[in-house]
Amino acid sequence: MSDRARDQVRRMLALVPYLQDQGGVPVEQVARDFGVDRQTIVNDLNVLWFCGLPEAVTGDMIDVDMDALEVEGVVRLDNADYLRRPLRLTAREALALIVALRTLRETVDPGAADAVDRALAKLESAAGDGAAAADSVEVLSAAPVDPAVRAAVRDALTDGRRVHLRYLVPSRDETTERDVDPMRLLSAEGHSYLEGWCHRADDVRLFRLDRVVDVTVLDVAAALPERARPRDLSAGLFQPGEDDLEAVLDLAPPARWVSEHYPVDSTEEAADGHLLVRMRVGDPAWLRRLVLRGSGSVTVVEPGDLATEVREVARMALAGYPSG
Amino acid sequence: MAGVGRPVASGNVTTTVTTRKAERLMNLVICLLVTRGYVSKDRIRKVVDGYRDQTLDAFEKMFERDKEELREIGIPIEVGSHEALFDDEPGYRIRRGAFELPEITLEPDEAAVVGLAARVWQHAGLARQTTDALVKLRAAGVAVDRDALSMVEPRLAASEPAFEPLCDAVVTRTPVRFGYRRPGRDPAERILEPWGVLSWRGRWYVIGRDRGRDAPRMFRLSRVTTTVRKAGRGGSYRVPEGTDLRALARTLLPPPAAGTAVVRVRTGAGNALRRRATGERADSEGWDRLHVPLAHVDELAEEVVSYGADVVAVDPPELREAVVARLRRLVRLGDGAPA
Repeated sequence: MSDRARDQVRRMLALVPYLQDQGGVPVEQVARDFGVDRQTIVNDLNVLWFCGLPEAVTGDMIDVDMDALEVEGVVRLDNADYLRRPLRLTAREALALIVALRTLRETVDPGAADAVDRALAKLESAAGDGAAAADSVEVLSAAPVDPAVRAAVRDALTDGRRVHLRYLVPSRDETTERDVDPMRLLSAEGHSYLEGWCHRADDVRLFRLDRVVDVTVLDVAAALPERARPRDLSAGLFQPGEDDLEAVLDLAPPARWVSEHYPVDSTEEAADGHLLVRMRVGDPAWLRRLVLRGSGSVTVVEPGDLATEVREVARMALAGYPSG
Repeated sequence: MAGVGRPVASGNVTTTVTTRKAERLMNLVICLLVTRGYVSKDRIRKVVDGYRDQTLDAFEKMFERDKEELREIGIPIEVGSHEALFDDEPGYRIRRGAFELPEITLEPDEAAVVGLAARVWQHAGLARQTTDALVKLRAAGVAVDRDALSMVEPRLAASEPAFEPLCDAVVTRTPVRFGYRRPGRDPAERILEPWGVLSWRGRWYVIGRDRGRDAPRMFRLSRVTTTVRKAGRGGSYRVPEGTDLRALARTLLPPPAAGTAVVRVRTGAGNALRRRATGERADSEGWDRLHVPLAHVDELAEEVVSYGADVVAVDPPELREAVVARLRRLVRLGDGAPA
């Protein structure tokens, strides 16, 4: 309950300067700008009606035009000259905003980077002490992307053209050739991606830009089918598919990172620091490589035939070292 | 307030405890902001609605709590006294200069990128802090366009539970303790004076002085195995003058490749190795010979093994040995022998 009052005070301290000198603002727009629902704003106004100068007689209270709100759905607020500026940014707000902008700076075009720099300079100066906190959080650039690849993909997006990609798929140890109609560029978890309609997969796919070996912008207009929808990434980049393989892995301590790095359905602590994880795997070849890479620290519990296959591959590989 | 009916704009507004409290806090802020100089507690009780009808004891408790809550949302309430007060009782004030967001005007392209910033954080707490900051900017007359179109959408995840407490510890200079698991080792408790938090290749790290080792150390947040607890008071250490997080991180991160390795790769295979090869030529029938940069023998051995029988390590001998040892472990695993 106390948190609610605090949130309300914080919002009202921004609401009063926001509304003054504005004439009337539609209540829906106020709600949108504050990221809350209409009723929340109405409740705030009902509280503000009772706020004002100390020992106030009615005339010295903040003036909220309740008729305009009820009849026209418009908010008018006046008589609060002493609250013309919002509260300064807190250290946490400054940190969140400034670090977000620095992240943005790492990914936007060189053209927009200038706007980010100017905005950052102004915000850092306005945030004062709060900006100092932001200096203790750094975002280093993601895996390097060939600027020519980035520029070509961006041009294709701007001009609505199809691209031809030579694209590395490490999990299957393949360099693939595919035509893609670009949808958007995004950056997540430290990597930049092109999301687009892949004509080879006949579906929406994400392509990590640092794995694009070569890109050609084609003289063909991109033609996105109706069902080409950007993926909802709020749940993470990798989402299990329907026909994924279910696997259970035993991770020895050196391989526990697997559960941090890839989405797992469940984890269970086992003896000696081992971790049992259950995960869904789109491509068995990926899992085979992961187990080989673990070299004994990742054991397949299920499916059993994969464990046999890995052992067979290792035996064949060992034959490549006759003297060993 | 007799005679003034509470306005009703849509539906009934019930006067809840929350509403009364929000009203009282607002009036307290306005009172301290508009009065020149310090206001005594006695006077606050007289002029701020909601305190007047309390007993002295109840008022004292209520006022203490209110003051703390306002400070928590960033309102700088100062305590002091000046000669104009006849007794020595301290008074309270809010200085406008410390309260108000300074003037700020953004050009349209600047406002557009600031609007985008709201979409960067996936972490709920930080997304909210960013939104709160944008609300303040809008209230200051900055036309932040939340719907600005962009073709680039960076996202910062920060889903590690340790992220928020460590950020707070960094901001408040509070030493912390936590369990930490290095790969292949048992978890151990670390006591750290955190200097900064940074993201590198999508992973979060904290850098600071490790008290046990009396040296700067970097910890990956996803390997923190316990909750992060305070190990001292806020402000009890200093970050050394001139600390550059980026530069420090580079010295603590794995070193870049220093040597070269030679591997044999089956035609059409080892695609990622081919991409970074510095030299490539045909070997025996169906095989190519590659020169690849070598930083860590173990890391490259791990990668070579992941290709199974399609890649063979040739040189240096340590790489060859590391690969053979790994392959033997894999073969033995199925025979019931310990790995």
